[in-house]
Amino acid sequence: MSLIGNLNKVFDSRIRLGIMSALVVNKEVNFNELKELLDITDGNLASHLKTLEESEFVKVQKGFIGRKSNTTYSITKAGEKAFKTHLTALEKMIGSMK
Amino acid sequence: MNEQQQSLHDLQHIKQMMERSSRFISLSGLSGIAAGVCALAGAWFANGVIEANGGPSGYRAVVVKTLEVDSLQDFMGHRLFQIAIYTFVAAFVFAFLFTYLRSKKNNVPVWGYTSRRLLINVSVPMVAGGIYLFRQMQFGNYGLIAPGCLIFYGLALVNASKYTLGEVRYLGYCQVLLGIINCWFVGYGLYFWAAGFGLLHIIYGSVMWYKYERNKKSEA
Repeated sequence: MSLIGNLNKVFDSRIRLGIMSALVVNKEVNFNELKELLDITDGNLASHLKTLEESEFVKVQKGFIGRKSNTTYSITKAGEKAFKTHLTALEKMIGSMK
Repeated sequence: MNEQQQSLHDLQHIKQMMERSSRFISLSGLSGIAAGVCALAGAWFANGVIEANGGPSGYRAVVVKTLEVDSLQDFMGHRLFQIAIYTFVAAFVFAFLFTYLRSKKNNVPVWGYTSRRLLINVSVPMVAGGIYLFRQMQFGNYGLIAPGCLIFYGLALVNASKYTLGEVRYLGYCQVLLGIINCWFVGYGLYFWAAGFGLLHIIYGSVMWYKYERNKKSEA
């Protein structure tokens, strides 16, 4: 059985992994909160979010606070499942160290 | 081997992101410093009132005399009580201001999910403690008010540390400890207040600013 086969390619990136981690423990997180958390630029964050969106792991809600746009992100059922599978795969990789 | 280490790092990264994302991390170190400075200024004014009532000799006796009041209304109208209120309001306003500015700079709403949860968790011990201390005042136990404030504030910080920068916990422990020691030095509350709300805040704020904000400023 291939251990690496269970690791999801989408989560190869540290930033995407970070985004998913934040979304798993929070109902929703807005764009700026993610930016502060990961300490990256707007463009960089947007492109990673796009990848996650295209994989249908993340859904986007566009809204407004006053006149300012407020875009929040939350995890989908598929995203949650993929993330959990990825976590288990990571644990197994570490377990095989012994 | 290399892949296994990679997995381990990934898991650590996930854990860190889960933790950080559920905390309000915009709390500024400058807020701590500002609150500490306000507290020291307040203590200085209060000390002036006490000295005017009898000078530095027999400090404790003077405090006891100053606080010899007939009723709670008298106490509320007392100069020392008013100074305490002004100090609290000023410290709160300045502390809020610096955190507001920092979250503005980071483009994070001050009134978000994480800050709301932080505020609720600070408020529970503070409000409960406030009511309890108010009753103590009604019974005339003024000597235990200062230690009580430090203890309840410390507990509030320990509780809050789960929802903001984890270091707040140590500030909380120090405040509780100071409050407990103060219980055996009734009458010297002002010194303990100056140490707890003043010095400890300034030390904590400086460390936090140095650790989290200094570098960001030089990069910008």
